[in-house]
Amino acid sequence: MSARVFVPGDAAAVSVGADEVAAAFGAAGATVVRNGSRGMLWLEPLVEVETEAGRVGFANVEPADVASVLSGEHTGSIGVVDEHPWLTSQRRVSFVRVGVVDPASVADYEAHGGWAGLRRALSLTPAEVVQEVTDSGLRGRGGAGFPAGIKWRTVLETVADQKFVACNFDEGDSGTFADRMVVEGDPFTLVEGMTIAAHAVGASEGYVYVRSEYPHAVAALRRAVDAAYTHGYLGQDILGSGLCFDLHVRVGAGAYICGEESSMLDSLEGKRGEVRAKPPIPAIEGLWGLPTAVNNVLTLCAVPMVLSEADSGGPGWQSYAELGTGRSRGTQVFQLAGNIRQGGIVELPFGVSLRELVEEYGGGTLSGRPVRAVQVGGPLGAYVPPDGFDVPMDYEALAESGAMLGHGGIVVFDDTVDMARMARFAMEFCSIESCGKCTPCRVGSTRGVETIDRIIAGRDVAANLVLLDDLCETMTKGSLCAMGGLTPMPVQSAIKHWRQDFEREGADV
Amino acid sequence: MTTAPTTDRVALVRAIATQHLADRGALMPVLHDVVEELGHVAREDVEAIADVLNLSVAEVHGVVTFYKDFRTEPAPAHAVALCRGEACQSVGAEALYAETRDRAADLGADVEVDEVFCLGNCALGPSGTLDGRLHGRLSRERITSLTEGWR
Ligand SMILES: Cc1cc2nc3c(=O)[nH]c(=O)nc-3n(C[C@H](O)[C@H](O)[C@H](O)COP(=O)(O)O)c2cc1C
Ligand code: SF4
Ligand code: FES
Repeated sequence: MSARVFVPGDAAAVSVGADEVAAAFGAAGATVVRNGSRGMLWLEPLVEVETEAGRVGFANVEPADVASVLSGEHTGSIGVVDEHPWLTSQRRVSFVRVGVVDPASVADYEAHGGWAGLRRALSLTPAEVVQEVTDSGLRGRGGAGFPAGIKWRTVLETVADQKFVACNFDEGDSGTFADRMVVEGDPFTLVEGMTIAAHAVGASEGYVYVRSEYPHAVAALRRAVDAAYTHGYLGQDILGSGLCFDLHVRVGAGAYICGEESSMLDSLEGKRGEVRAKPPIPAIEGLWGLPTAVNNVLTLCAVPMVLSEADSGGPGWQSYAELGTGRSRGTQVFQLAGNIRQGGIVELPFGVSLRELVEEYGGGTLSGRPVRAVQVGGPLGAYVPPDGFDVPMDYEALAESGAMLGHGGIVVFDDTVDMARMARFAMEFCSIESCGKCTPCRVGSTRGVETIDRIIAGRDVAANLVLLDDLCETMTKGSLCAMGGLTPMPVQSAIKHWRQDFEREGADV
Repeated sequence: MTTAPTTDRVALVRAIATQHLADRGALMPVLHDVVEELGHVAREDVEAIADVLNLSVAEVHGVVTFYKDFRTEPAPAHAVALCRGEACQSVGAEALYAETRDRAADLGADVEVDEVFCLGNCALGPSGTLDGRLHGRLSRERITSLTEGWR
């Protein structure tokens, strides 16, 4: 019998040679499964060989290692992957199947608990489904943290001939990749979550808006959607329930602002991705003016679990709500990125400290130098210095400390970082990606770059810092959306905590 | 392909647009297909698409110019896109981008070096794509060896 070997088809694993490794195992006669990644990205390509004891892992495998891995002579085993402390200490809910199952197999999905949430949801009324989502405490994972159940109730209660579910899979924030990994590694969960959402709000059509930078995810999702149609989980009369739901996968075209929900909706309609003024909110007037439930990938991927029966036998929504802290219920998928020794996915209940994530899970910097700054929550998120690492990671505590969780990205910088340059980049990014609709953002960000350039050159530093602060005020208060409104967050946090980087001398540029 | 006579090109573009006529909000999928098939969106393509989809030329033009992916000039022979997102910057992406741009001509004839903001590979940076293929842990040396066939 040929050995069964798992070689991740995840884009991150592929970026460091997993395709070549998979081909080499295939050529050597092994049966190769292209699973998702376990999220221990520093070990990729992480190959697993099925044994009686479990799936035994081999890290950073190259094609030249294939023979020794198969013969059992390879000395670099990390042991049974399911017993790896980096994984066993986590609480994987959204990522429970990622890296474990074959993402191309509907049967494997079902064998690992898939479709249970949908089956149960279809036996409930839409209002009951909405109630369970509300009671779970599930909040939107796209950044704003809005309660999913309340949004769904609005869509459900708005009378219209047609309604939509739209999944925001634009994941544009630097330092984030959880949406991508869950879809590449476990795409049926998103299909199931969206189908439950369709039943809950009364939608007949759904759209997933995937950024074009994610071709692997687009392929994985399209394959899953096709398989779901074939097996009766999408289309007409789903599982004999009478529910009809069509799901379309649409691809973005390289614009960060299309992650903002109203801009995403315009893009889906085939327009320029410009931000719409609110109200109306998308739940009432979304796609083509009709009620639309817009949710992030991770929000929708938590839904099947919330609707299924928990392992304990109790309701899923209840065991979800038991996790977390304060008004942040459930788990958060943290993404450790940047200059970090052990980067990847850490899923834990809300409330863990940044220090634990960066120092314990992350193991400090990749360069081995001291950590100087961490940016939390993407390009619009604050820079946090090491003395702020004890803040618990939940929506409220972070907001209170002047930061935000965003989509859960954590980007680590060592002591060689120049924070004035990072502040400049925040403004530059905003000027490049602004949709151009309002002046504070469009013009303010360009002025911001120019002002920081003068500061970096050491020209009239004190006066320019005052000017920059005014500019940040104007952007914060006068911007239509969080692109212009939050760009000051990284800028002002950098000035606040690393003022010495801005107080430069001499005009040498 | 990009050198196809105008009439063939227009016929192909019209055929692509026609395939998507039943889709809601068909413009983006049509433009993606045109770029995929023909390398870029030419002036005459805009008119053909507008005509088939019953949109104004200004509308189509406005969409083409809003999105980075819809290039309006023929594609280069080879393309490098390096990530300048914060996570990649923390491991040296800015310097890598600057020096790769400087030596673009040495990587081969008609090589484009462009920036991109996050490829979702932020734990294994610096990241980039070479002719559309994703690579992590890039360095000057890796880029040199991965582009060997371009010279
Ligand atoms: C500039 C900007 C970019 C955004 N990018 C994303 C994104 O890439 N993915 C996402 O899910 N939400 C993004 N959001 C948040 C969305 O507007 C919206 O809040 C979210 O899709 C709602 O889904 P949720 O409630 O499930 O989080 C962005 C917001 C702004 C202002
Ligand atoms: S803040 Fe910027 S991105 Fe948002 S609407 Fe205004 S111009 Fe557009
Ligand atoms: S920041 Fe470079 S891949 Fe995400």
